[in-house]
Amino acid sequence: MAHAHSVKRHKGLMDWLTTVDHKKIAILYLVAGGLFFGIGGIEALMIRVQLAKPMNDFVTAQQFNELITMHGTTMIFLGVMPIIFALMNAVVPLQIGARDVAFPFLNSLGFWTFLFGGLLLNLSWVMGGAPDAGWTSYTPLSSSTYSTTHGVDFYTIGLQIAGLGTLIGGINFLATIITMRAPGMSFMRMPMFTWTAFVTSAMILFAFPAVTVGLVLLTFDRILGANFFDVAQGGNPVLWQHIFWIFGHPEVYILILPAFGIISEVVSTFSRKRLFGYSSMVFATILIAFLGFMVWAHHMFTTGMGPVANALFSIATMLIAVPTGIKIFNWLFTMWGGQITFNTANLFAAGFIPTFVMGGVTGVMLASAPADYQYHDTYFVVAHFHYVIVGGLVLGLFAGLHYWWPKMFGRVLNEGLGKLEFWTFIIGFHLTFFIQHFLGLIGMQRRVFTYLPNQGFDLMNLISTIGAFLMGVGVIVFLINIAISFKQPKGVDGDVWKDGRTLEWAIPSPPPEYNFKQTPLVRGIDAFWKEKMAGNKEMTPAEPVGPIHMPSPTILPFVMSVGLFIAGLGFMFTNDDFGNSLLNFLFGNYIITGIGLAITFGSMLLRSLFDDHGWHVEPEELNDKGVKA
Amino acid sequence: MIGQVVFNWICQMPVHNRKKTEKWGRSMMKPWKAVKRLVPLFVGLALLLSACGREDLSVLRPQGTVAEGQLGLIKLSITIMVAVMIIVFGIAAYVWIKFRRKPGQTDVPKQVEGNFKLEIIWTAIPLVLVLILAVATVQKVFAYGENYSNDKNAVKVKVTSHLFWWEFSYPEYGVTTAQDLIIPTGKKIALELKTADVLHSFWVPSLAGKTDTNTDGTINNAWLEAKNEGVYLGKCAELCGPSHAFMEFKVKAVSEDSFKAWVESMKAPAVLPEDPAVAEVFKNQCLTCHAVGDQGGPVGPNLTGIGGRESVASILLNEEGSGKPVGGKPVKDNMVEWLTDPQKVKPGNKMPQPKEDLGLTDEEIDAIAQYLADYKLSY
Repeated sequence: MAHAHSVKRHKGLMDWLTTVDHKKIAILYLVAGGLFFGIGGIEALMIRVQLAKPMNDFVTAQQFNELITMHGTTMIFLGVMPIIFALMNAVVPLQIGARDVAFPFLNSLGFWTFLFGGLLLNLSWVMGGAPDAGWTSYTPLSSSTYSTTHGVDFYTIGLQIAGLGTLIGGINFLATIITMRAPGMSFMRMPMFTWTAFVTSAMILFAFPAVTVGLVLLTFDRILGANFFDVAQGGNPVLWQHIFWIFGHPEVYILILPAFGIISEVVSTFSRKRLFGYSSMVFATILIAFLGFMVWAHHMFTTGMGPVANALFSIATMLIAVPTGIKIFNWLFTMWGGQITFNTANLFAAGFIPTFVMGGVTGVMLASAPADYQYHDTYFVVAHFHYVIVGGLVLGLFAGLHYWWPKMFGRVLNEGLGKLEFWTFIIGFHLTFFIQHFLGLIGMQRRVFTYLPNQGFDLMNLISTIGAFLMGVGVIVFLINIAISFKQPKGVDGDVWKDGRTLEWAIPSPPPEYNFKQTPLVRGIDAFWKEKMAGNKEMTPAEPVGPIHMPSPTILPFVMSVGLFIAGLGFMFTNDDFGNSLLNFLFGNYIITGIGLAITFGSMLLRSLFDDHGWHVEPEELNDKGVKA
Repeated sequence: MIGQVVFNWICQMPVHNRKKTEKWGRSMMKPWKAVKRLVPLFVGLALLLSACGREDLSVLRPQGTVAEGQLGLIKLSITIMVAVMIIVFGIAAYVWIKFRRKPGQTDVPKQVEGNFKLEIIWTAIPLVLVLILAVATVQKVFAYGENYSNDKNAVKVKVTSHLFWWEFSYPEYGVTTAQDLIIPTGKKIALELKTADVLHSFWVPSLAGKTDTNTDGTINNAWLEAKNEGVYLGKCAELCGPSHAFMEFKVKAVSEDSFKAWVESMKAPAVLPEDPAVAEVFKNQCLTCHAVGDQGGPVGPNLTGIGGRESVASILLNEEGSGKPVGGKPVKDNMVEWLTDPQKVKPGNKMPQPKEDLGLTDEEIDAIAQYLADYKLSY
C-alpha cells in the first residue's frame, strides 16, 4: 500500500457516490440543494394559496404551522446553503489556482451528511408529522409538552446531522484558501468571491457550534427528559432564544456574503472593469462578519431585555449599514465608466442592487428598537427578510449560476429564456413581498394560518399570492433552460464571456479532473485579465509539467452518513411504544442508535487503519483534454 | 421630509378636509363633470387610505401616546431611507443607461482602483444618518421602557396569556376578566405580562407595540395609553400553536366614570340562569373551569358579563359590540356556534367539547347560550 499509483475508477452511480472531486461534489450540492429548494418553493406556494383569501381552508391550522416551519428550515439549511456550497466548490479552488480542496475526503463527507440530515428532516412529513414550532422553534412551544409529535425531533436531529456537513465544509474551505493558493496569490490578490467564501467559512466555524449546542440541549429536553428550557424545573426558555440567534443572525451574513462575492465578480466582468475599491470591499466584508456576531439580540427586542440592552443592540445593528453601503457604492462605481453588457447573469446582478438596498433600509428601520415593537413578528419582517434572502441571496445565486454554468457544465444557458426567467422572477418577487411591508404596518401578524375578513388584508394578500406564482413561473423557466442547455455538445470556450478576469477562465470548460496542468503564477489582482492585457493567451506556469497527485475515490463518507442517519432515526424513537416487543427492545435500548454509530465509527476506523496515498495523473495523460464532469 | 408631508396628508387627513376637497371640486365646474374628473382621484385616494389600514388596527393610524411616538420614529426612518434609496437608484439608473457597452466597442475601459475621497464620503454620510436615527431611538427606548407599576396614577393590569385566550386582572380592584381589556382613557395603563403556557406576544397596533409574555422568572412590564374612547384590536404576535391566528383580543377604552361603573358591576354577585335545571348544568359543567362574579374556577376565561363583550372566543364578532364590527352576528348565534363545536371554531383550544366530552344536549347549549348572551354589565 505504500506507493499506490493505480486507482479503481468507478462508473455511473458509483462514480457519484464515491467522488471526492470538488467539481463533481459541486454538482451534487447543486442537484440536492435544487431539489430541496423546489420542495421549499412548493411549501411556499401552498402557504400563499392558503392566505390568498380570508378564512380559507386549503390546509388546516396544524398543517399550516408545519408548512411554515418546513419552508423556513428547508430554504435556509437545505436550499440556499447547499447551492452556496455548490458555487464555492465549483469556483473557489479554480479561482485560487488549486487542484482540489484541502481535504477532498471531508468535502465528500460534508455533502453526504448534509444530504442525509436533509432527508431525515423531510422524512417527518410521512412519519407522523413535520415540525410545527416555526424554523426558530422557540421553547416551550417546541418542548415535548406542547409539540407532541416527533416533528421537532426530526428538526433537532436532522439539523444536527446537516449542520455537521456545513461545519465540515466551512473548515475545509478555510484550510483550502489559507494553504492552497497558487504562487503569487497573496490574500489581497484573491478574487472577491474567494474572499467572501473565506469569511463565510470563518463565520460558519463560529456560528454553527452555537446552534449545535442549542439543538443538543433541546434534544436532551425532549428525548432524555432534561430541563434546560423547562421553567418549572429551573430552566429558562429565553435561553433558547439567545442560543438560537447567536447562531441565527450570523447565519444571515453567512448566506449573504457569498452573494456579495458573486455580484462583485459578475458586475466587474460585465463592466470590463476591475472592482472599484477592492481593499475597502475586503475590509467591509470582514467588518460585516464581525458586527454580524454582535447584533443577535435585535431579534429579541420584544422579549423584554430592558432598555439598555435594546439601545445597545439597536445601535450595533444600525452600524452594519455603513460597511454594506460601502459595498453598494463600490459596485455602482465599478460600473461607472465601464462598458456594461446586460446578459442574464448581469441582469440578475443589476436587479440585486436596488432590491437588496430595499431589504437593507428596512433592516435599518427594524434596528430601531421602539419602532421594532411595532414591526416585530408582522408581515413587515416577513417582507424585510425575503428582500434580503430572496432579493439579495437568491438573485445573487441566479447571477452566479448563469455566470459559472458554462464553467461547471461546459454549456451556456439560453439568453432569451434567461431574460424571461429574470423578468418573471423579479416582477413576481416585488409583487409578492413589497406589499407585505404594508400588510405588517396595518396590523397583520406573521405565521397566521388565516385571517378574518374586513381587516383590509384581503386584496394585498391576493396580490402577494399572484406574485408568488409568477416567481414559480420564473423558476420553471430556469429548469427548462437547464434541460435545453444539456442538448448542446459539451465544451464551450474556456473564457466563454471573453472578459474573464480570474483564474477559472484560464482553463477549459468544464475543467479537467486536475484543473490546472501546471499551477499558474499569479502576478496581480485579476490574474487572468492581467495576462491577457499583457498579450498572453494563457497563464504563465509556476512549475514544469509533471505527474499530478490525485485523491482516491471512496465510499466511506457515504457510509458514515448513512450510519448517522440510522443513529439519529433510532434515537428519536427511544421512548415510543410500537406495540411490538422486538421493536420496543431495539429502539428502547438504543440498539438501533448503536448500530448506526457503529457504522459511522467503524468507517472512521477503517479510514484511519488503511492509508490511501491516492494516485497520480502521469504527464503523458495530460494532453487528453477534458475529463468528464 | 417630503415623504413625511405626503404621509401625513394621506393617513392623517381629518375627514372634514376630504369633504372640503369635494366641495371645492364641485364649485369649479358642472357636477357631472366634476364627478367624472374626481372619480379617479377618489379611487386613488381610497386605495391609498386603505393602504393605511383601519383606525382601530393600523400602526399607521395611532390612537395612543406610545403608538404615536413609535409612528414618529417610523416616519423619521422612512424619510431617511427614502432619501438613501433615491440617491442609490438615481446613480444606478444613470450608470446603467450611460455606460452600456456599445456595439463594436473594443477599447478597454480605464481600470480604476478606487477613489479615496469618494470612499470617505460614502462611509461618513451613512454614519451621520445612522447617528440621527440612533439618537431618536435611544430616547424612545428609554421612554417606552419606563415601568409605571409603582405609579399611583396608573391603572395596573396583570395580563396572562393562555392557549388561546387572554386574561386581564386588576389587582387594585380585585376583578378579573378575559378577552376584552377595559381601560379608562387618558390614563397610563401599567401592564405586567406573563404566560400560563407557551410564549405569546401582546400587541395592540393602534395603541402600542408588542411585548412578549414570557414564563415565570422573565415577567415583562409595559405601558400604553388610549387618547379616545373606542375599541382597539389586539393580536397575539408570537407563534403559539394551531390557533395563533385566532388569539385576538380587544382593548375597550371608556371614560373614567364608565370604567368605575364597570369595576363595580364586575364586583356584583354572580347572576345565574333562572331555570334551575339550566343553572345546575351550568354550575356542574361550566363553573368547574370558568367563573362568573364570585363563583366558579380560574382555569378558563372569566365569563362575567360575557354577553356585552365584542366577540365570542375572540373571533366570532358580536354585532351588538360597541366597536360595531363589520360582518358581526348576534351574540346568541355566536355563542351557540362556539358551544356546539369549539374545536371547529378555534382548532387546538383547551376547552372540552360540550357535546362529546360534557354530554350537553342541543337544548342545554341553547339555554346556556341564551343565558350568557343576556349576561351584560351596564357601565
